[in-house]
Amino acid sequence: MLWIDCPWCGARPETEYRYGGEAHIARPDPAATDDAGWADYLFMRTNPKGVHAERWMHREGCRRWFNVLRSTVNNEVLAVYPMGAPRPDVPGGEAEGG
Amino acid sequence: MTKFSIFSLARNALSHHERWPEQWRSPAPKPAYEVVVIGAGGHGLATAYYLAARHGITDVAVLEKGWLGGGNTGRNTTVIRSNYLWDESAALYEHALKLWEGLAQELNYNLMFSQRGVLNLIHNVHDLQEATRRVNANHLNAVDAELLTTGQVKAFCPILNTAPTTRYPILGGTLQRRGGNARHDAVAWGYARAADARGVDIIQNCEVTGIDVEGGRVTGVQTTQGAIAARKVAIVVAGHSSVLAAMAGFRLPIESHPLQALVSEPLKPVLHCVIMSNGVHVYVSQSDKGELVIGAGLDPPNSYSQRGGLHTIEDQMGALVELIPIVSRVRMMRSWGGIVDVCPDASPVIGKTPVENLYINGGWGTGGFKSTPGSGWVLAHTIATGEPHPLNAPFALDRFTSGRLIDEHGAAAVAH
Repeated sequence: MLWIDCPWCGARPETEYRYGGEAHIARPDPAATDDAGWADYLFMRTNPKGVHAERWMHREGCRRWFNVLRSTVNNEVLAVYPMGAPRPDVPGGEAEGG
Repeated sequence: MTKFSIFSLARNALSHHERWPEQWRSPAPKPAYEVVVIGAGGHGLATAYYLAARHGITDVAVLEKGWLGGGNTGRNTTVIRSNYLWDESAALYEHALKLWEGLAQELNYNLMFSQRGVLNLIHNVHDLQEATRRVNANHLNAVDAELLTTGQVKAFCPILNTAPTTRYPILGGTLQRRGGNARHDAVAWGYARAADARGVDIIQNCEVTGIDVEGGRVTGVQTTQGAIAARKVAIVVAGHSSVLAAMAGFRLPIESHPLQALVSEPLKPVLHCVIMSNGVHVYVSQSDKGELVIGAGLDPPNSYSQRGGLHTIEDQMGALVELIPIVSRVRMMRSWGGIVDVCPDASPVIGKTPVENLYINGGWGTGGFKSTPGSGWVLAHTIATGEPHPLNAPFALDRFTSGRLIDEHGAAAVAH
């Protein structure tokens, strides 16, 4: 089980959270996007074997969303940061995935 | 290829089974092949077998980073069924099931294929409506399916607790009698042996580290055993499709998750079918050794760690004890995780990629084992002819651009 530091409530077990998938996926401008652009936004994912930027929500606590950097190789949580903030640099941030 | 029969068994018994020959070669890779298949699991080996057996293409290498059948082929819970809701899925999985029915004879290998029946439980009114619809859809697609009442479920599988007072009352079930199990390792071994006999090179401990693309066309792969040129390459890697696709410079609609399973201590025969419960998310069957083989749902976060959280197992075991109270004192012996690649519509991707002559078969999510023969069969057709077979054409990567998804989330008799 993961232990994740909620920025507001502190370290809590994974069962208190809801996973929200890959972070930093920006919605494209509907007026300027073709089918391939929508497919990329809706369905395509980086899915790296390495550091993954992802969204979590503290469902059984403060119910707020935030971002996490986590290694998908060993599940280590490397950084926790607010939604909207840029992705922090962490060592070993090179991913094998797309 | 050694012909297995009662006579070869008796002959080798006389020499204490010490003189069985090796069932496939372990060749060094040649510098170039017509086709390179990445991944020697069931799907990759089946692809190579059907390339050789159906299309006469024998200049084929199957590359495996570990040992053959050591990935998800050796980790799954071996359920085989074809009772899918949508026409595209029913056609593909039913084709696979028909191949399963003659596969042990075709490969001359005992796959321990057992059509013991797959029972999907119904726990609430919505389940009942969905199951009725699915059974009707199955009948229209000539897939066998029956809708059972609570009494019929109890008669078919007496160890289920069908009392109306349980936490998950059983309001009925659907039964596919032609569904069942097979021995997962034997599937990989049987295909490996038959492919090897037709000239396919199976190269183990050979990890692909790069895919060579020139002018939008694949030319070969880089591996831990050196460069291998190839006219055509197929990615058939279960848990690492995105990693391989990134090597060729494109992205996939796939996320990788751990999927856990566990086995109990061996028991006397108590369960003669496969039980699946969509609502509480647990699957169980009993192996020929007597172990209960139990599978659950995905761990939500993406991961390549082949480990999941214990809470996932706790949830599934809590549900299992409610459904089958006699397992409450059964000890669990081992649990493990495999990495499964999940598409947003819970259907696989089988076909061409943005790179010419590079093909993919992946994204099977939690249910790839059942389709092993069918998947290899259609991918071999796609590689050999350069065009998808009508069975796998709907499963092309471009369905995510066209929007023509095959949404089996919750429709396919399980929640994914």
